[in-house]
Amino acid sequence: MWNSKRLILAHFWFAFAGFGIALLLGEWQMFIRSPLAAWISDPDLYYRSVTAHGTTMAYVLPTLVAMGFGYFVTEQALKRPMIGLHWAWLGWGLAVLGTISAIVPVALGRASVLYTFYPPMVGNAFYYIGIVLVVLGSWIWVALMAVNLYRWKRDNPGAPVPFPMFATVAGAYLWGWTAVGAALELLFQIMPVALGWRDTIDAGLARVFFSWTLHAIVYFWLMPTYIAYYTIVPRAIGGRLFSDTMGRIAFALFLVAAMPIGIHHAFEDPQVGAGFKYLHSVFTGVVAIPTLLTVFTICASVEIAGRLRGGRGVLGWLKALPWLNPAMLGTALSFVMLGFGGAGGLINMSYQLDATIHNTQWVTGHFHLIFAGAIVIMYFVIAYDIWPHLTGRALGCFGLMRAQLWLWGIGMIVLTFPWHWVGILGMPRRMAFYDYTNPALASLAMPVIMSVIGGAILVVSGALLFLVLLRGQFAPRSEPEAYRFSVAVRPPHRVPAALNGMGLWVGLMIALTIVNYGFPIAHAIATPGTAVPAVMVGERP
Amino acid sequence: MSEERVAALRNRWFTTSIGITAAITLVGFVVGFLWLPLSHPSDRFRGAWDAICSAAGLLNKPSSSEQIVTANYPTTRVEVIPHMLDSADAVSIGRGATLALRCTMCHGARGLSQANSPNLAGQYPIVIYKQLMDFKTGARGSAVMAPLVADLTASDMRDLAAYYAYLPRITDSGTGRSMPRIVASGAPLRGIAPCGACHGEVGAKAGAAWLEGQPVAYLHTQLEAFASNARHNDIDEQMRNVARAMTPQEIDAASRYYAEHP
Ligand code: HEC
Ligand code: HEC
Ligand SMILES: [Cu+2]
Repeated sequence: MWNSKRLILAHFWFAFAGFGIALLLGEWQMFIRSPLAAWISDPDLYYRSVTAHGTTMAYVLPTLVAMGFGYFVTEQALKRPMIGLHWAWLGWGLAVLGTISAIVPVALGRASVLYTFYPPMVGNAFYYIGIVLVVLGSWIWVALMAVNLYRWKRDNPGAPVPFPMFATVAGAYLWGWTAVGAALELLFQIMPVALGWRDTIDAGLARVFFSWTLHAIVYFWLMPTYIAYYTIVPRAIGGRLFSDTMGRIAFALFLVAAMPIGIHHAFEDPQVGAGFKYLHSVFTGVVAIPTLLTVFTICASVEIAGRLRGGRGVLGWLKALPWLNPAMLGTALSFVMLGFGGAGGLINMSYQLDATIHNTQWVTGHFHLIFAGAIVIMYFVIAYDIWPHLTGRALGCFGLMRAQLWLWGIGMIVLTFPWHWVGILGMPRRMAFYDYTNPALASLAMPVIMSVIGGAILVVSGALLFLVLLRGQFAPRSEPEAYRFSVAVRPPHRVPAALNGMGLWVGLMIALTIVNYGFPIAHAIATPGTAVPAVMVGERP
Repeated sequence: MSEERVAALRNRWFTTSIGITAAITLVGFVVGFLWLPLSHPSDRFRGAWDAICSAAGLLNKPSSSEQIVTANYPTTRVEVIPHMLDSADAVSIGRGATLALRCTMCHGARGLSQANSPNLAGQYPIVIYKQLMDFKTGARGSAVMAPLVADLTASDMRDLAAYYAYLPRITDSGTGRSMPRIVASGAPLRGIAPCGACHGEVGAKAGAAWLEGQPVAYLHTQLEAFASNARHNDIDEQMRNVARAMTPQEIDAASRYYAEHP
């Protein structure tokens, strides 16, 4: 066992290094377009920064965390050495190479297209090649997760697959399939133009392909967080997982329902029929079911911990919880942000309400609250939890960890609440320059300044993260006890076959994708005259 | 201990999960493709199938009562595609140089005009080509230019474009005037993107001209012509939408900045 420590550390360090740089870029963006700074007069610098920030935060950070954590779970949950270590290193190498290949043209101003690509804008080919390499690296991970599970099941016929592995493989399959949409967009729409083989692009079709990826990618980002809720938190706070079966059902449902709903990102797109927009809304509603199952299960598990620690009465168990424990604190902050973010999401997913906040800063606020807030804070918790097992050195500074998590939670709320607010006031997103001297924008000045302050708090929190991890790297060696995942109240002895493998759920995921996306895609391909000339970005003749 | 089969009708997980998924999909289809469209008061469908097609996103033929708006003036016929004129060779440039002999009296011997005609040296080939084509079709009106292009073929125009693109631009006179706000940042509240985002300092968009060093009177006239719709050959009203929203002071500042900038 334990042949992948360096591999996992390499994944986390690369993810966090990118995160650190992108965090600074984010705050710089907040600052220079706020009333606090004189306008830099070059919007291109701003869009370079936004592209680098988004690409790193959305593709590099979560992908590498999911991969690294997935390898960790594979060894620790299956309790045997991982198969395919060399392949895993190859996947990591591709991700690193891809990141560099993507970021260089962005830094040179040749690919300021933002991470969602926005055809008909087309930038330098190396940007897209880099993204494809990152995705290829992550697909190696998907394959390795599948192979490791398959071999384990073959060697342990009929035994229940450990829940952490079940959940990890669900996340891997979700990613493997959802990345196909963006891959199709890149390979068949954008790259031929970027490479100079074609001059026109069907922007509508490309957007539909991207929406295929865009919703479920959020659930892919979410997977490590949810896995941590179920498999780390109850153990870390001295409790038990309320129900193993409930967890399996939740992840199975994520697989089925998170995927075929992305057209809710194209509500304002004329090329998609209203009927399909409705259908995707319905399934967006269905995704709430596994989310609520999770909230229920985790709250119940936490209550168990409170009662095991001597809490009594209706609310007394809350007081008995180990609030000083970083896992407890991180989860609580994560839930608060998930609650607010989820409430905001209800507005985005409603066809009519969406029209009022479409393309405003509300949307930026929303996805920062959910992703950068609720999700990423648990990445920190995961790192704190598994670090001693990777480095063989204890992480002693709990005070610093708590400060880091508190600052992340508070900073994210100070950042995003004003963002939501100015969005309601109509402040558009993806703009480099706002003239606050104009009376029409004067009321935005204060909330925007608050957001800048929120961002500054996040930068301090990011610095603390590095402090904690670096101190851990130099602490004296100590042999940590064997790693444990949460144990369920009733550990499973036998699991229904449907909840012991992915076949049924992957089948439903693919079938629903075909039903929900097949016609819109076929229709867009078959409609003539929809291609428009590409707009080359960053070319200066 | 061998596992039970998942994909079997006897397996309740299998039948239930597929059943529920199919039921949700079916209800979603009925509501989204029939009930909602048919209960929408403003849409008049000729029956259920029509409603389904519309909800699926199929394009309806406009009914005869709907008016299709078309411009009552000639619009450009040129489709601008980036890189469309990239592959000029020396022969083309040479032919262009010969054809350009009749242009020198107004546009200068090396494409740099002494009078208030626009400079052509170093202009993007797509711009030269498109403007010549527009003069010829009447999309851009000019009593001076129209007769001069009447007998030019498309391939002549490509050669002229290659030749002028090949000539060196006016060189920097070193006046370091700072960019006026309208050029550097546009006016977002009025929907004006920075001029430089299309015209070269920040990004170059195919079809937008190189403006630096053009005579101030020429720039001024063109901006006012766009604003008043007297010039209307820009695709999708890209430049008219900008110019209409500009104040006279901004037109002044932008013209002077570009004229004095090189
Ligand atoms: C009699 C003077 C005259 C001659 C000769 C002449 N031009 Fe012009 N040209 C003009 C003027 C004046 C304009 C500006 C028209 C306007 O105001 O709309 C112009 C505009 C143009 C433009 C548009 C420039 C821009 O930036 O939009 C092009 C291209 C052009 N001429 C090319 C030519 C070519 C090629 C020839 C030779 C075949 C030629 N011109 C001969 C006077 C002339
Ligand atoms: C969205 C892109 C875009 C922006 C922003 C833009 N322009 Fe233009 N502009 C164009 C295009 C495209 C044309 C060519 C129109 C045509 O096809 O004749 C043009 C043409 C012009 C012309 C005529 C050039 C000639 O020689 O014929 C002038 C002058 C001009 N723009 C000035 C400006 C100024 C000043 C600004 C900023 C206030 C500005 N433009 C902003 C796209 C833009
Ligand atoms: Cu979504």
